[in-house]
Amino acid sequence: MKIVVLVKEVPDTYGDRKLDLQTGLADRAASETVLDEISERALEVALAYADSHADTEVVVLSMSPESAAATVRKGLAMGAAAAVQVVDEALLGADLGLTAEVLAAALRRIGFDLVIAGNQSTDGSGGVLPAMIAEHLDVPNATSLNSVEIADAEVRGERATDHGTMQVTASMPAVISITEALPDARFPNFKGIMAAKKKPFETLSLADLDIDAETTEASRSIVISLGEKPPRTAGTKIVDEGDAGERLAEYLVQNRLA
Amino acid sequence: MTDYSADSILVLLDVTPSGALSKSAAGLLGAAAEVGTPVALIVAAAGEGEQQAQDAAALGATHVIVAEHAAAGTELTVPGADALAAAAELVRPDAILVSNSIEGREIAARYAARSRSGLAVDAVGVARDAEGVVARHSVYGGAYNVDSAVTWGAPVITVREGSIDARAEAKPASIERLEVAASGRKAAVTGALEEEVVASSRPDLRGAAKVVSGGRGLGSEDKFVLVDQLADVLGAAVGASRAAVDAGYVPQSHQVGQTGVSVSPQLYIALGISGAIQHRAGMQTAKTIVAINKDGDAPIFEIADFGIVGDLFTVVPQLIAALEARKA
Ligand SMILES: Cc1cc2nc3c(=O)[nH]c(=O)nc-3n(C[C@H](O)[C@H](O)[C@H](O)COP(=O)(O)OP(=O)(O)OC[C@H]3O[C@@H](n4cnc5c(N)ncnc54)[C@H](O)[C@@H]3O)c2cc1C
Repeated sequence: MKIVVLVKEVPDTYGDRKLDLQTGLADRAASETVLDEISERALEVALAYADSHADTEVVVLSMSPESAAATVRKGLAMGAAAAVQVVDEALLGADLGLTAEVLAAALRRIGFDLVIAGNQSTDGSGGVLPAMIAEHLDVPNATSLNSVEIADAEVRGERATDHGTMQVTASMPAVISITEALPDARFPNFKGIMAAKKKPFETLSLADLDIDAETTEASRSIVISLGEKPPRTAGTKIVDEGDAGERLAEYLVQNRLA
Repeated sequence: MTDYSADSILVLLDVTPSGALSKSAAGLLGAAAEVGTPVALIVAAAGEGEQQAQDAAALGATHVIVAEHAAAGTELTVPGADALAAAAELVRPDAILVSNSIEGREIAARYAARSRSGLAVDAVGVARDAEGVVARHSVYGGAYNVDSAVTWGAPVITVREGSIDARAEAKPASIERLEVAASGRKAAVTGALEEEVVASSRPDLRGAAKVVSGGRGLGSEDKFVLVDQLADVLGAAVGASRAAVDAGYVPQSHQVGQTGVSVSPQLYIALGISGAIQHRAGMQTAKTIVAINKDGDAPIFEIADFGIVGDLFTVVPQLIAALEARKA
């Protein structure tokens, strides 16, 4: 079984995240970057399966700037057997459509039985790439899963929907996405970090994938204007002296909020 | 055959498991009416969908297309995308609006990939400029306003639930049935839905005017009831931090924040929530923020209009009693 896990480098959400007001792109210099937590959980699903099924190959795939290589390598340190990073200047500011085409092309080249992604990244939080990629590859999407059961020829799980949960089943090859209900990932240990240095790390360009980022055959989404809102400021802060509940009731009534 | 106007906006409406139009329908049609002529699309099994079509007209759809797909209700995402493709072919709209619900956005995703349309997700509004329909977004927890457009053709735009206040005027029902040929794309098979039990008297978190949220400071599932009680006195929806969800106090659907729901209510009350940046990302666009926390240094106070440093287990019961006394 070959499992490819889609991983993304994101600005660390514990810090301030900034957009570059000139370019409309994430300002990567403004914050620390990390491997997205949901990517780590997706990788954990693959690694846990590989732990009990010797015949499993886990590959991490990322489309990202060259500077993200170290973050992608963390996937190898955690236990993936190989990494593929798609790097190309022309991908700066790529929209969802182009990103989906690139990742689908890379997946076709790598080959897969199962693709695992997070349901939503913590920065873009679009929640659409897994389904877009499934469409390009003509495989089922079993997405937004709270639990995952991988069998020989099919993958099952409990899908979180807008109205409750439902069981979904897809025959493989398939694309699945997982929610943060799945467990936290393992930490890379020293042995893993050392071993990662010897594992295959392939870098692909758009030319390798035969993709033209400038094609006019596809319509692209572009930012046409961008504004920063003034940050919120603190108002009144009181320390409870036995009447804070009363005072809050007063405040709510005065402001027509109760 | 209906003649669809040149400024048509095709609006895919979600249907709930019990067969009603999803609450997002009114806002989607309201947004569509601001930029063109709303044409609603409902995906149904053969012979069904009549009532929803009537309801869509009442919410302002000038025309309603009921798309019949043999696999509607048994296959994931693909039937919706097939229906959207067939309807777009028929209507040739200026834009396609879809709810940013899990179901909705994945249908939009497949359709956009198939048609190579430009896709804009999680819009909080739409507008029109000389070149077409523009999507408005609020990103990084509302820190930035971003407008996006597409390079050509009709944009596919998913709209954040509860973000649109505009409503369209009711229209006489003009309903067309469309038989959709299955694309044959491989799909996952869906099983029975286990509906989440919701306290029906309480408003939905998405789009609620008031939200009372509880965090780890509530301490247990039993004690979390205090959040429900305050919410009910105020007529508010119930939210939670991820720590409260992880601890099992409330289901994940109540999570507010970066990986939960984004809310923009008139009033947001945070009880026993520290105000981690990921939580703030989902609520800091609220008009008025109230926080009760026993730690005076908790970051939630940096954005609170009214902050109380105190024990929520004494302050909240007193607040509830005071509010009830005023009501009586
Ligand atoms: C990728 C990622 C995504 C995330 N997404 C989200 C998200 O969507 N939503 C979210 O909420 N978090 C999210 N988080 C988690 C976030 O970082 C915080 O861990 C979480 O918000 C903390 O929840 P809390 O404030 O309830 O708990 P804590 O931080 O533990 O705070 C509890 C607070 O309760 C107060 N308290 C305790 N007892 C009392 C009392 N008796 N009276 C008054 N106050 C009391 C304490 O002083 C403390 O401030 C995410 C994290 C990551 C890494």
